[in-house]
Amino acid sequence: MNARLTPRPSTQAAGVRADRVRVHFPTRAGTVKAVDDVSFDIRPGETFGLIGESGSGKTTLGRALAGLQPLTDGRLFYDGREPSSLNRAERRRQRRDHQIIFQDPHAALNPRMTIAQSVMEPLDILGDGDRASRRRVADEALERVGLAPQIGRRYPHELSGGQKQRVNIARTLTLRPRFIVCDEVVAALDVSIRGAILNLFADLQDEFGITYAFITHDISVVSHVSDRVGVLYLGRLMEQGPAGAVCEQPLHPYTQALLSAEPLPLPSDRRDHQRRIRLQGEIPSPLNPPSGCPFRTRCPRAEARCAEQVPAWREVAPDHRVACHFAGPA
Amino acid sequence: MTTASVSSPSHHAGDEPGLARRVLGWLRGDPRAALSLLVLVLILGTALLAPWVAPYDPAHQDLEHMLEGPSAAHWLGTDDLGRDVLSRLIHGGANSLYAALLAVSVALLIGIPLGLIAGFVGGWTDVAISRLIDTFLSFPAIILAVAVTGAMGIGLTNAMFSVGLVFAPQIARLIRARTLVVRQELYVDAARCFGASPLRLLGRHVLPNAIQPVIVQSTLLLAVALLAEASLSFLGLGVQPPDVSWGAMIARGYLYMSLVPEQMYAPGLIIMVTAVAFNALGESMRTALDPTARGHG
Repeated sequence: MNARLTPRPSTQAAGVRADRVRVHFPTRAGTVKAVDDVSFDIRPGETFGLIGESGSGKTTLGRALAGLQPLTDGRLFYDGREPSSLNRAERRRQRRDHQIIFQDPHAALNPRMTIAQSVMEPLDILGDGDRASRRRVADEALERVGLAPQIGRRYPHELSGGQKQRVNIARTLTLRPRFIVCDEVVAALDVSIRGAILNLFADLQDEFGITYAFITHDISVVSHVSDRVGVLYLGRLMEQGPAGAVCEQPLHPYTQALLSAEPLPLPSDRRDHQRRIRLQGEIPSPLNPPSGCPFRTRCPRAEARCAEQVPAWREVAPDHRVACHFAGPA
Repeated sequence: MTTASVSSPSHHAGDEPGLARRVLGWLRGDPRAALSLLVLVLILGTALLAPWVAPYDPAHQDLEHMLEGPSAAHWLGTDDLGRDVLSRLIHGGANSLYAALLAVSVALLIGIPLGLIAGFVGGWTDVAISRLIDTFLSFPAIILAVAVTGAMGIGLTNAMFSVGLVFAPQIARLIRARTLVVRQELYVDAARCFGASPLRLLGRHVLPNAIQPVIVQSTLLLAVALLAEASLSFLGLGVQPPDVSWGAMIARGYLYMSLVPEQMYAPGLIIMVTAVAFNALGESMRTALDPTARGHG
């Protein structure tokens, strides 16, 4: 097969389904339930936003989606197929289909490899084509993300953060993946270049038909780029639905709190004061999560039954699910 | 490789100047490296050409001129059997350098894989290897070397092989500690996500980023190995007469220290110069191999 940086003829974006996924880490102090019973599906070609504070388990979930983190329980399906059900060759093929781009663009590049060596590495591993054709694909990928191929001679420390993130994107593009986990991909960048990088992601999605899982703590970014979003808190999904619905009519008090923490381009007298919620305190330790609803310790609406019953995961409106006793049509 | 990049000045990504040109450029920009390399080449060259360079047969005894100071006939004087010190120094170099390089090579060949495996695999493998390392490190080095040499048989090669065994845990521990850090790096995760095999992860990502302290440590060990050779030869476990080494010369001179302390100056000085040169070269290499410490252009 000749390596080229064009969409594969049979390219279809990948759909991903998570079914009751759990990732637990045993520690000396007890078990950390980083991801606890999370189910969602990501539709082919869409951008699925995952929102959460630090400690919400969003990065662990992202690593699991990229195949870097073994699950404690539950299943992940890519195009309806579980990696464990595939044979070696199929798994290898599927491996290249789902990739991850990390928050820290610098740490994701080996400091002792030139940019060109890094960008060519995925193809070196796959053994696609000869050296010259790999180099051509790498050059093409660098150009596609807006970098001159001459940058290939440099080392990571000689590049700016934005350039490094472009290199990371180029490196992933050489594999022509169908699904990319974007783990806080702009959080480490200057505000001035965040927009450019986000636009690049959007362009690549249009061009190559890539499905994204877009992980961030910044709800304004997620509502801007996502088709559908999920809100994580202490390793559990609180709410999930179309981006517009979740951001306009949030059903869960936690989502409402996140949204009201965003600065609004509205005069203060036009704002809806009744919905303004301020979060108190810190996210509880995932070593010792609250009983019942994990959010109840910080929830303005918490009642006695929130401590006793784990709220059911209910579909309150079409494709809009929430885990709260009080949400939706009573 | 050099000619290719010279003759076809393409603008592809990843073109790098050839190895020879890079080494030359490095030496030009780093006088310390150039000087220490020059010293080592001189010492090594003299040692290898010993039969032609040395003025006397190193084993020739002249019992009428024992323990003499420097003179026109004997530039560095004579030893307790009237043998020419300069000739012995030149002939001893080969044995001493061979001994030091052998010991450090053995240490690297055993220590690096052990440390890499312990740090990368982790779990029970790590526990087992680490306990082994601790056990070896808890012995006084020379005592252990004496014991191993005793078991394997007396002789320079065996002696230095056992010194290498004694050094190996130090290397392994260094590599293991760095591996534990490096294996957590995101670029290792990224490569894993591209489907890299464990061997590739180790060879391409972990080792190059974990080896730095080992380069410096092995130049230090070269110096220590020179002294270990001296100690073991002094104890009669290393070089056997009439063969000669710098360590054996010091050991011999030690017997007459109260009479003519100058006997130890020449071999002591050459060991020191060699050790310092190894060290300086190692430090320069460490910097040169680290792209982030390299100057631009």
